[in-house]
Amino acid sequence: MAKIAVLEPRQWVSLYADYLYSYAVARLGDEEQARDLVQETFLAALERTEQFRGESSERTWLTAILKHKVIDVYRRRNSGLRATGGADRPEMDGTDREPEQEFFEADNGHWKEAYAPRALGIEDADPLTNKELGSILQRCLQKLPALWFSVFSMKHMDEAATEMICDQLKLTPSNFWVIIHRAKLNLRACIQKAWV
Amino acid sequence: MGAIKKIQYNCREATYLIEKRQHVRLSIKERIHLLIHLSGCSVCRLFQQQSRMINRVVKGMFKETAGEERRLDEDVKREMQDKINERLTR
Repeated sequence: MAKIAVLEPRQWVSLYADYLYSYAVARLGDEEQARDLVQETFLAALERTEQFRGESSERTWLTAILKHKVIDVYRRRNSGLRATGGADRPEMDGTDREPEQEFFEADNGHWKEAYAPRALGIEDADPLTNKELGSILQRCLQKLPALWFSVFSMKHMDEAATEMICDQLKLTPSNFWVIIHRAKLNLRACIQKAWV
Repeated sequence: MGAIKKIQYNCREATYLIEKRQHVRLSIKERIHLLIHLSGCSVCRLFQQQSRMINRVVKGMFKETAGEERRLDEDVKREMQDKINERLTR
C-alpha cells in the first residue's frame, strides 16, 4: 500500500477545502451546491485512493475528481435543453428556445439600433485592477441560461478543447459556436447596461 | 442586394466569426467575409474589442479564484473532516 502513503485524507479539509470550494463556486455560481460537491469529492476520493498514482499532486488529483462532478452538474442542469443539428442555419438550432433579445435585424443581420455596442471606455481594461468590471461580469454570467453558462465557463475558465466540451455536453460543433456567440452577445449587452 | 453588400450589412455573421476566431482558425472564405465586414463596420470593430476585453476579464476572474479567495465556514469544514475520518476508521 505504498501509494496510499502519499495521500493524507486527514489533512484534506484543512489543506484543500477552500481551494476546491472556490473552484466549484466559480464554475457553478451556487455556494450550497459547491459545498456539497466538495464534500462529495472528498468521499469519492476516499473510495478510489488506489487510483492515485502519485504522478500529480494531491490537490491536482482532487481537483480532477471535482471537475468531473461539476460537469455532471452541468449535464443535469442541461437535461431537457437538448439542441439538435441545423448547421446551415446555426442561429435557429435548438438554442432558439432560450429567452433572449434579438440583437440583429431579421432580414439583413444588421445591428438593431438599440442593441448596437457603444464605446464604454473600458475596452483596454486590465482585469486585475478592475474589480468593478469583474463583479458586473460575474452577475451577468449568472443570468445566462444554464447550458450557455456551462459551455462558456468550460471554454474560458478551463480552456477545455471544443471536442471535449461537445462530447461531454452532447453538442454538435455548430451548436457549440452558436452558444459561444450568443453567450458573448448577451454578456456584452448586460455589461453595457450595467456600466452606462 | 449584391454579395458584398450582404456581407457588409451582416453584423450577425461578423460577430459570430469574431467569436469563432478567438478559438479556432477560420476558413479562407470566413476570413475574407470578416475582413470585408470589419473594414467598413466600426460597430463590429468595437464589438471585437469589447469581446476580447471580456475574455481577459474572465481569465482574470479565474486566476483570482485560484488564489483561494473564498473560505468555507469552519463548522462546515469540521463536519467534512468528521465524515472523512468516519470512513477512514470504518
